[in-house]
Amino acid sequence: MHYRRILLKELKKDLKEELKYITDMILSHPKNYQVWHHRQVIVDWLRDPANELEFTAKILKKDAKNYHCWQYRQWVLREFGLWDQELAYIDTLLKEDLRNNSAWNQRYFVVSNTTGFTEQVVNQEVEYTQEFIKKAPNNESAWNYLKGVLMDFELHKYPGLLDFCQQLYDERYRSPYLIACMIDTYEEMLEQNCGEQREVLEKAVSLCRSLAEEYDTIRSEYWNFLSRILSSKYGSENAVQTSS
Amino acid sequence: MERFRCCHSHDFAIEKERYKEEGLETQTSEDQKNVEESISHYFKYFAVRSHAEKESFDLPSLKRDQHLLFLKKGLQHLSNSYECLDASRSWLCYWILHSLELLDEHVSNDEITLISQFLKRCQCSSGGFGGGPGQYAHLATTYAAVNALCILGTEDAFKVINREKLYSFLMRMKNGDGSFRMHEGGEVDVRGAYCAASVARLTNIVTPELFDCTPEWITSCQTYEGGFGGYPGLEAHGGYSFCGLAALVILGHGKLCNVEKLLRWTVNRQMRYEGGFQGRTNKLVDGCYSFWQGGALPLIHMVLAQEHNDNLSSEKWMFDQDALQEYLLLCCQYAGGGLIDKPGKARDYYHTCYCLSGLAIAQHFAGGKIAHLNVLGDPRNELKPTHPVFNIGIEAATHATLYFEKLPVPSSP
Repeated sequence: MHYRRILLKELKKDLKEELKYITDMILSHPKNYQVWHHRQVIVDWLRDPANELEFTAKILKKDAKNYHCWQYRQWVLREFGLWDQELAYIDTLLKEDLRNNSAWNQRYFVVSNTTGFTEQVVNQEVEYTQEFIKKAPNNESAWNYLKGVLMDFELHKYPGLLDFCQQLYDERYRSPYLIACMIDTYEEMLEQNCGEQREVLEKAVSLCRSLAEEYDTIRSEYWNFLSRILSSKYGSENAVQTSS
Repeated sequence: MERFRCCHSHDFAIEKERYKEEGLETQTSEDQKNVEESISHYFKYFAVRSHAEKESFDLPSLKRDQHLLFLKKGLQHLSNSYECLDASRSWLCYWILHSLELLDEHVSNDEITLISQFLKRCQCSSGGFGGGPGQYAHLATTYAAVNALCILGTEDAFKVINREKLYSFLMRMKNGDGSFRMHEGGEVDVRGAYCAASVARLTNIVTPELFDCTPEWITSCQTYEGGFGGYPGLEAHGGYSFCGLAALVILGHGKLCNVEKLLRWTVNRQMRYEGGFQGRTNKLVDGCYSFWQGGALPLIHMVLAQEHNDNLSSEKWMFDQDALQEYLLLCCQYAGGGLIDKPGKARDYYHTCYCLSGLAIAQHFAGGKIAHLNVLGDPRNELKPTHPVFNIGIEAATHATLYFEKLPVPSSP
């Protein structure tokens, strides 16, 4: 492909024709590295992204998680600043399949490259994500996005977050991602010395144990490790004893 | 049979690990349920047999002889269906040689010479290796060729590598921001950084200049989920995540990324029903991630040991090693030899290599000086341990390091 590009330049070939050629190649080999990179170079030379969002949407229609396609789409958005319609596009994808993690990742990409995660945007995104979580509390993608959005905030100080979790928990949901989010919130409270330390630690440790022993047994090594870390960091001898 | 989750049939414990669709069917949940359904047949078949045959039932075994046959065949002759991998012939050498070494299979001196000579012809005059003779040098095929030569492990094999030229090739692929292009005029992603760091460390050509800014660039590929994407902004992915972390470990900067988030993301990739790993959140299990994700856990363990030593286990990695072995032994062995992505898929050398590598990781724990063996099924399933940074045998890695250590680090031209 590199050699082909040298020839294209030397022979002053029609790049529009080349774009047609690479379109066919991608349609028959959508998971090849070189074909997508070739398209990127050709479109970069042409400086014309007019059909690119439509073309990538067509590929994603067939395979919503094609990594190369998302990579290329991100390049087009960034290179030509075509951000306007992207959140709306992602919204349609998430409404079709709220478990499409590539779409959630793209949402994060768009927000961080446009408005950034200002307080107002974070509020909107949290609300948006919580609606999806309520529809399917076992959907890890939405939980990961929620935690990602709140990365620079303090979980325990974020209004309503713990209540949101507690409410789902009280409704008998035992999604491991829900419980993990509660543990993370408690861990932050311990870090910053908020609340009744011994009580918070006990809650966190007992949630870890419920994951290790019942709701997420395949990760018991991990949840037990986290529990040991929390106990050794924040437990006085006494607290560790009462929690074990 | 206690250690096989699918045999806990008295309470159908494993059935409660099935995917929870929560009354909302989407493409993702449909695909997932289909895979679980096909895997459940393998689990049930095994559970029923072990129950019916009791004492006479053989422990699940690794079909060594069949796998060896498949691997040996690939070393001499490949069927037409491999034509599309003509640009990956050095990869084929590595995948096959590494699989053979894990199975503790001897490679004859004649074969060693032939393969070294072949790889020598893949080396470019301006440094680095292509996928075959006369092809452009590429960082991925360079990684494969250097690993293959280190596994061969003879002085002649080591001498094939032109270290000065290799150094100048790596310098030419390096970008100002610390990242690496895969080849001249090629794409940039985190594989490049790993391939460069791995070959440079093995052959002792690391200079401060070569990896200036690289750890920072790699860290910028870590996503909000905790894993690494191929390029800043991209979705966290098992293959790239391994590359990012392994490269940071090689460069001595494991702590630069957020290890706690990476750990959480990585452990969450192990599938609660299948026991194998997926590559990304809400994607399907694939045998090859047994290494890309499973292999990251020893590296994470290493990084965490600097701080949390007292709380780390000295017997187990932080994933379910038995569940992974169960998946690989019961669902990923192709009857005629070779290993696969998941039931129904075709065998190939890539999946054979990475399924076996993952199996080796699941069998061998090694924390500092403590080693702990954890072989599921027939004790003869035991593989040789693999080096979690380079993914070549521990002995091969040690031997190569000792050899290249004695040679001077090339200076920049």
